[in-house]
Amino acid sequence: MNTPTPAHVDGNAAAGVLREVFAVDLTAAVGQCDNCGCAVVLAEARLYTRAPGMVGRCPGCQAILFRVVRGPDRTWLDLRGLRCIEVSLPDS
Amino acid sequence: MARAAVLGRLTWRVGEVRALREETPTARTLILHVPGWPGHQAGQHVDVRLTAPDGYTAVRSYSLANSLANAPDAERVELTVQRVPDGEVSPYLTRILAVGDPLEIRGPVGGWFVWRPDRPEPVQLVAGGSGVVPLMAMIRTHRAASSRAPMRLLYSVRDPEAALYREELADLAASEDGPEVTCVYTRAAPPGRSRAPGRIDADLLAAATWPPEAGPSCYVCGPTGFVERAADLLVAAGHEPARIRTERFGPSGGSR
Repeated sequence: MNTPTPAHVDGNAAAGVLREVFAVDLTAAVGQCDNCGCAVVLAEARLYTRAPGMVGRCPGCQAILFRVVRGPDRTWLDLRGLRCIEVSLPDS
Repeated sequence: MARAAVLGRLTWRVGEVRALREETPTARTLILHVPGWPGHQAGQHVDVRLTAPDGYTAVRSYSLANSLANAPDAERVELTVQRVPDGEVSPYLTRILAVGDPLEIRGPVGGWFVWRPDRPEPVQLVAGGSGVVPLMAMIRTHRAASSRAPMRLLYSVRDPEAALYREELADLAASEDGPEVTCVYTRAAPPGRSRAPGRIDADLLAAATWPPEAGPSCYVCGPTGFVERAADLLVAAGHEPARIRTERFGPSGGSR
């Protein structure tokens, strides 16, 4: 690598593991960061995947928004950093 | 089409490799038949799972490259995979996987980085390296749905050899209502190019992309560093951050 590259991707890459648990696509939802209060489309969260699970961080303040760990037959979901999640439901 | 209405539980499906297309020396397109495929939209991706004989699994995300708009085969899935040196999954997919092999996928997933052909506003696509894959799905959907939305692609790639979909992009760009395509090179440009190889900058953006006054929707996909830079340049040029959608796949040479 010639230039230092951040080790993160973004929340888009968590779409599959979240859709296993939720009936809607959570990456298109807007979360409110519990630390700085900003509104974040979860697809735009900074996602760190070099870990036993995935860690989503606020692109504004870097606080942890969510953590997801997928085990062989279960998922652990920690939504500690999301004060609120707004999901668009246009057809209902 | 996969509207976000009532979705069943997301499960793994087994597709069959129907054909393989070498795109560059280090990238190839997997053409899969996936029975029961629910359809997908341009920009969505799938997860691919490989399982070793000892049960160890590796999951990676890959963007869908094909358009299902007016497509004769609704169970066709195309993924273009760039080989990552020392990768765990992409060397298998680009070297060993053969026609007739099964492949486990789940999806489509991701409802944010999506373009729908009923959108009338201009579209600005900005791709770095293999980040062109989901944008190619948008270009193909634009064509297949006969969209009149004016579309431009700015494609930054290492050198001409590394460019994906070169001939198809040239053909589309030459066609009526086709996208305007600008290719720029970071390491080596083809002979006769006035612009020296280098990263994208504000001058290039001003010359080759929609101005903010045109009100385009912007889609930026590529390695994380490229996306951050391109998105910052678009915002600095006056584009509204809310009109810029991004997808990052990590260090250059990343998985999608």
